[in-house]
Amino acid sequence: MSKWLNPRSAFGIVLIAVALIALPFVAAMGGQAWVRIVNFAILYIFLALGLNIVVGFAGLLDLGYIAFYAVGAYTYALLASPHFGVHWPFWAILPIGAAIACVFGVLLGSPTLKLRGDYLAIVTLGFGEIVRIFMNNLNAPINITNGPQGITLIDPVAIGDFRFSGTTQILGISLSGPQKYYFLLVALAILVIIINLRLQNSRIGRAWQAIREDEIAAKAVGINTRNLKLLAFAMGASFGGIAGGIFSAMQGFVSPESFSLIESIMILAMVVLGGMGHIPGVILGAVLLSILPEVLRYGVGPLQMALFGKMLIDPESLRMLIFGLALVLVMRFKPAGLWPSPERKRELGEKPAGGA
Amino acid sequence: MAEVLLEARSVAKHFGGVKALRDVSLSIRRGEIYGLIGPNGAGKTTFFNCMTGLYIPDGGGFDFDGAPLKADAPHQAAERGIARTFQNIRLFANMTALENVMVGRHVRTGAGVLGAMLQTAGTRAEEAAIRQRAEDLLHYVRIEDRADDLAKNLSYGDQRRLEIARALATEPKLLCLDEPAAGMNATETEELRDLIDGIRRDGTTILLIEHDVKLVMGLCDRVAVLDYGALVIEDVPAVVQKDQRVIEAYLGA
Amino acid sequence: MDIFLQQIINGLVQGSIYALVALGYTMVYGIMGLINFAHGEVVMIGTLVTITVAGTLIKVGMPVALAGLAGLSAAVLVCMALGWGLERIAYRPLRNAPRLTPLITAIGMSIVLQNVAMIVWGRNYLTFPHLLPKINFEFAGASFTAVQVMIVVVSGLTMAGLIFLVYRTKLGMAMRATAQNPQVASLMGVNSNRVISAAFVIGSALGALAGVMVGTYYEIAHYQMGFMLGLKAFTAAVLGGIGNLAGAMIGGVLLGIIEALGAGYIGDLTGGFLGSHYQDIFAFVVLIVVLMFKPSGLFGEKTGDRA
Repeated sequence: MSKWLNPRSAFGIVLIAVALIALPFVAAMGGQAWVRIVNFAILYIFLALGLNIVVGFAGLLDLGYIAFYAVGAYTYALLASPHFGVHWPFWAILPIGAAIACVFGVLLGSPTLKLRGDYLAIVTLGFGEIVRIFMNNLNAPINITNGPQGITLIDPVAIGDFRFSGTTQILGISLSGPQKYYFLLVALAILVIIINLRLQNSRIGRAWQAIREDEIAAKAVGINTRNLKLLAFAMGASFGGIAGGIFSAMQGFVSPESFSLIESIMILAMVVLGGMGHIPGVILGAVLLSILPEVLRYGVGPLQMALFGKMLIDPESLRMLIFGLALVLVMRFKPAGLWPSPERKRELGEKPAGGA
Repeated sequence: MAEVLLEARSVAKHFGGVKALRDVSLSIRRGEIYGLIGPNGAGKTTFFNCMTGLYIPDGGGFDFDGAPLKADAPHQAAERGIARTFQNIRLFANMTALENVMVGRHVRTGAGVLGAMLQTAGTRAEEAAIRQRAEDLLHYVRIEDRADDLAKNLSYGDQRRLEIARALATEPKLLCLDEPAAGMNATETEELRDLIDGIRRDGTTILLIEHDVKLVMGLCDRVAVLDYGALVIEDVPAVVQKDQRVIEAYLGA
Repeated sequence: MDIFLQQIINGLVQGSIYALVALGYTMVYGIMGLINFAHGEVVMIGTLVTITVAGTLIKVGMPVALAGLAGLSAAVLVCMALGWGLERIAYRPLRNAPRLTPLITAIGMSIVLQNVAMIVWGRNYLTFPHLLPKINFEFAGASFTAVQVMIVVVSGLTMAGLIFLVYRTKLGMAMRATAQNPQVASLMGVNSNRVISAAFVIGSALGALAGVMVGTYYEIAHYQMGFMLGLKAFTAAVLGGIGNLAGAMIGGVLLGIIEALGAGYIGDLTGGFLGSHYQDIFAFVVLIVVLMFKPSGLFGEKTGDRA
């Protein structure tokens, strides 16, 4: 902490703080849609840092991370919507959602964490699909999830009488719903960044990294690898659960469509593309991969019109095409990610036992 | 305090049809340097892996420090006081030398996730103690100036030393070294010899698996010889050296 | 009893397709330890190429059988080129990259191929031309079609051919050697680049064949069809023990049968609580359960640690 006190970093922090406060107002100039896009970027930072604990720190390849997000989202939706007629306050549901997601994490992790990396990947992927399929179909014979239609009219986040939806005046400044959520999300994101940083340089964090580097050696120095992997898994799941709850409240609507495999893959891509295990890199990855498709969404159509005078290619597929190409190209030219930790940068040239 | 620290009782292990260990019984006394030698494939490393819980023996077992060792629980072996190094060095390659040793403190410390998140006074004090101890150990094996380098960027000899420092961080009663001199030149071997001797003088019992017979005979108090998975002899170096069976085993009869 | 037999037959057909696709995953994984996520997309492209080629040829009056063969050949060639190109352009530069890097590349390629297919073939469902006459057979109360028979027979023959290739030819020996130990194999003079290319090309050819079968069986195709198919096939490969050819074949057939039986009986088993739309979960539930008890799959080698 003491290094924060020197004037240069203090100046940097003030600069970042000012930028963070100004951002929602700047974004709003392009319309509230842009504030929402920024909000989602922050939500993805949250998710990516949760997954970073599992993949980046502990080295466990989880391709079903979105399932925990889904569990949190549905927990919130069911406990704060007209669907069951229950309207619990958000601060009560959020921990419940995190806890349920955590239980799911332990349930999935305890039998499967002894599996080798790629086997674990496909098992988690399968788990993610199972959760999604259940959400899609648990509308009969008892209607729990309302099936593919999803759940609507979910309560917004509210603290006392202060609701995060709709516009309010604070100190003469008019704040829109998305802008209020923005500040809530920033606060949560800062919290999760601090937690990540603190865990990384802790006894537990080092044990995770040791497991990632060499499981046998980790066991030999007395690390209970099974329990620690489970811990990483459960923590990642809890973060996913919290993010899901906020997503639910912010959107006011959840349906299974939001929790498809491609979302899990997207979050993993954020972690890897940014620089696995390196917190600033993961944040960069999350921001880029959540903003890029949106920028493309708004940019690709008009660009074609300007260049060719007509729509040559369906903008939606062109957008995803560019996105896919971006993944391939970044991995080709920056195999350790866009912003790897200084140590990992030097890692290239080393190959884990693959086919053997 | 009993004189015997580790006792192996008829340990047997086979892989498919190959009998890697045939009822090996031996005992290591407190404070000694105990050598385990034998030709390639004699079962030395297998014995090691059984003892440290990486393999489950098919017969027999180990008593350590007055109580049986649980098989198939490597992390518990460390907790009980058995630390080891690996024949083909297994460091946490992408962590710094200091971090490697700090990981070794895991089993003797207790900070959890909550403590780390909240940065409680207890956690911070423990973290500082971990760091201090790790720095001391790096100093002890004389690689303190490489503390912030990644383990994989250390020279071969320094990696060996780092592995020993990491093992010592677990505060072992018994330190097991699996061919620590492999690939070292004469000077490095001499330095290693001083290091091992020093560790013993500081009170840690040592089990040394080694190919370098000269090193073993010069350093060890007692030596056991394995051949084809069976114990040939267990005695002081002077006796072992003259034993006809040992000479045959090494000359390949 | 007739439902049982019927579902076994349906499962066998679906399973043969899974097996062909699973082989593509398992060959690549066995040799270079990579989950080639884009393989499902290769299969999809195989189907769509056949639609275009065979459909056009039929329209200009070529006999159906000939057009079908032409379509199949075109699909196989296009997919082989695609598989070769994928490895060459996307994966080869990443041989020494961190473990997750090629995985992300594979996912990226999967997205690229899907969207290229959407741009070329559009976002609507396409009808697959009728390549085989509609003939129904009856057997012990179960019915099956000529298409189903063709799928099982052709898959069986193809797999027999693959086994011959891998166990009886020089290329096959090089592939097995590389899978065992790439370093030693290359010391022994095996050109690992060639072996890896071969694995991609052969896997893609099998994928193209599977793509044509899927098309003939379901009679429709879509740019997103490869994803779930690929996922299931990969599950089958893991189920059998990834890297193991026989494992992929058996895993594929087993998965097809389990799914079919599951879909047929889940209603009865759960007292009507869960219906057949849960079909897709069987693959994953079975996978998780099997791996809990056999962590390397049904026929996978136990990977001991060489400490």
